[in-house]
Amino acid sequence: MKIAVCINHVPDTETKIKVAPDNISIDRTGVNYMLSPYDEFALEEALRLRERFKGEVTAVSLGGDPHRDTLRKALAMGVDRALLLKEDGERDSFGVASGLAEELKTMSPDIVLFGKQSIDYDNAQVGTLVAALLGIPSVSVVVRMEVRDDGTVSCDREIEGGHETVQTKLPAVFTAQKGLNEPRYPSLKGIMAAKNKPIEAKPAAAVPARVVTVLMRRPPAKTPGRVVGTDKSAVPELIRLLHEEAKVI
Amino acid sequence: MPKFQGVDYFRMDGLLSGEEIMVRDTVREFVDDRIIPVIERHNRAGTFPMELIPTMAQLGLLGATLPPEYGCAGMNNVAYGLVMQELERGDSGIRSFASVQSALVMYPIFSFGSESQKRAWLPLLASGEKIGCFGLTEPDFGSNPGGMLTRARETVDGYLLNGAKMWITNGTIADVAVIWAKLEGVIRGFLVERGTPGFTAPEMKGKHSLRASVTSELILQDVHVPKENILPGGDGLRLPLSCLSQARYGIAWGANGAAMACYDAALQYAKTRIQFGKPIAAFQLTQEKLVFMVSEITKGQLLCLQLGRMKDAGTVRFAQISLAKRNNVQQALEIARLARTILGANGILDEYPVMRHAANLESVLTYEGTHEMHTLIVGEDLTGLPAFV
Ligand SMILES: Cc1cc2nc3c(=O)[nH]c(=O)nc-3n(C[C@H](O)[C@H](O)[C@H](O)COP(=O)(O)OP(=O)(O)OC[C@H]3O[C@@H](n4cnc5c(N)ncnc54)[C@H](O)[C@@H]3O)c2cc1C
Ligand SMILES: Cc1cc2nc3c(=O)[nH]c(=O)nc-3n(C[C@H](O)[C@H](O)[C@H](O)COP(=O)(O)OP(=O)(O)OC[C@H]3O[C@@H](n4cnc5c(N)ncnc54)[C@H](O)[C@@H]3O)c2cc1C
Repeated sequence: MKIAVCINHVPDTETKIKVAPDNISIDRTGVNYMLSPYDEFALEEALRLRERFKGEVTAVSLGGDPHRDTLRKALAMGVDRALLLKEDGERDSFGVASGLAEELKTMSPDIVLFGKQSIDYDNAQVGTLVAALLGIPSVSVVVRMEVRDDGTVSCDREIEGGHETVQTKLPAVFTAQKGLNEPRYPSLKGIMAAKNKPIEAKPAAAVPARVVTVLMRRPPAKTPGRVVGTDKSAVPELIRLLHEEAKVI
Repeated sequence: MPKFQGVDYFRMDGLLSGEEIMVRDTVREFVDDRIIPVIERHNRAGTFPMELIPTMAQLGLLGATLPPEYGCAGMNNVAYGLVMQELERGDSGIRSFASVQSALVMYPIFSFGSESQKRAWLPLLASGEKIGCFGLTEPDFGSNPGGMLTRARETVDGYLLNGAKMWITNGTIADVAVIWAKLEGVIRGFLVERGTPGFTAPEMKGKHSLRASVTSELILQDVHVPKENILPGGDGLRLPLSCLSQARYGIAWGANGAAMACYDAALQYAKTRIQFGKPIAAFQLTQEKLVFMVSEITKGQLLCLQLGRMKDAGTVRFAQISLAKRNNVQQALEIARLARTILGANGILDEYPVMRHAANLESVLTYEGTHEMHTLIVGEDLTGLPAFV
């Protein structure tokens, strides 16, 4: 079975994001990066599928040289190949998806896995766009997947207030949601082995942007709390404020 | 509390390789996910978190520096040190478990064991299926282990062991004990398996320190071990001492990890605790404490890194390891105590990790050679004059 996992390199969830002076990008100084958490579920699922069906897992990341760190982590977790589609600039989701799809066309994997979204820009578009560009089915926000020997796949998806079970046929794209599995830690042995595995790199196919960022700003500073009163006489006023101002009740 | 981000005031990361950083970050994540959420409960109950062993093994934390042919990761000593640092940021007891298994059990089997002993034990110890302990200290011989009373006598088909060991980490949970005993007056190592008649390992209770670690007595009464269970690769006090050098090396890193946990807790607390209308971090006295902590942690980090690089190059001397263990544990204890003061009354609660680390570090100051013994070791190295007796 040929499996591709597309992974992204994103600011650590603990990062305090600052907007850069250009007002359309973030200030990268001092920011730590990590493998996007949903992509970690995708990676784990890929490794489990390989354990079951044999075959090969290729991790693909589109971006600049720093993405090598994330590909290195994928190698340490156990993928067979790592491929960097080089792009030093910014791309919109369509640009990323087109670059990936171009490569996946020649690779023609049976299964393509993504995280349901990367936690930097939260567009939640890339996996689905890739499926469209490849002309294959896509199932998103997957919390359970069962690949059968005949190439059919049954998946549970999260939907508002419940789960939905869907079925599709390979080749297909799946985007992973938290709960799909419990990702493994890279083992020390895996880390040592990864050291000697190459990261292949080639330029990502060029695609003009369709969506451009024109402004990035921080949310307005939180206004400090207000003391309405200190005993039960304050309750009616509190209820009024929660209802009329905060609109939470 | 926000996630631990590491303490790296002098950008030591720039001196580490990509693999070393990945190892450190992986163990850091493991500690945050698996150790910190359960450790206070185990510490209160006085139990070792056995449930962590399979994941620690899967990660490759046991015997990490030994070669892959025995199921180990073949890491360098710096990566191993970083593993110890992160584990002890979680708890000294967890680090002790890994230290004993790796440096005091797997290392002597690897270094002094026969090929068949290595093949039989190392993969099982690496995979965590078997647990080991190291019996050197006796009730009457701690700092002076050369005086040990435990004896081995040769029989037709093996050896008969008699004696008692005390303060043995992992003793009660161990499947195999590396026992040091005198055979015709010469110290030798023996592998004594759990369940061997005459061998018992009752747990020692009532500890105020290292509560999430098992500490035991080992009692050997006419314990018969087969011929093939003696470690054939050498004799004399040099053997157990070489194991201790391995373990002390890890402790130098580990103590710094405990110090980082305390500093981190103190810093977060100081920034949010308001007294006299200001965060207590805004007071000069608090800042002086925090600056002291970061200074000592930074010195300790650089000390460990150079020690590790020398160990990897094969040029390290045991007195240098003594200096690092002595310094880093002492400073970590000082940092833990200072952090406790910054937390005020909250510092004594187990809602915060500080008092647990402070209590643990009291053991760490004493075991693997007391603070004083390391002073004497470095003292002798400097002057050429032994001052032990
Ligand atoms: C939690 C814990 C776990 C342990 N795990 C193990 C283990 O797994 N295996 C093992 O073999 N041992 C283990 N030990 C034992 C440990 O190594 C000993 O406690 C240590 O070596 C000190 O020995 P002692 O306690 O007998 O103290 P003593 O040797 O009696 O020392 C008491 C005090 O006298 C000082 N002193 C002694 N001689 C001198 C001198 N010549 N000059 C100046 N001062 C001196 C010491 O520094 C110390 O302050 C453990 C101990 C603890 C607390
Ligand atoms: C076991 C126990 C029993 C107790 N029993 C009682 C009791 O019976 N009755 C009672 O009323 N209280 C009691 N206390 C509370 C005790 O008196 C307080 O803990 C103590 O006054 C410190 O207050 P705090 O813990 O809020 O620390 P904080 O006041 O928050 O202090 C935290 C740290 O900041 C430092 N700090 C604060 N302000 C400054 C400043 N301006 N400049 C420099 N440093 C500063 C402090 O020295 C400390 O290191 C008890 C506490 C404990 C631990």
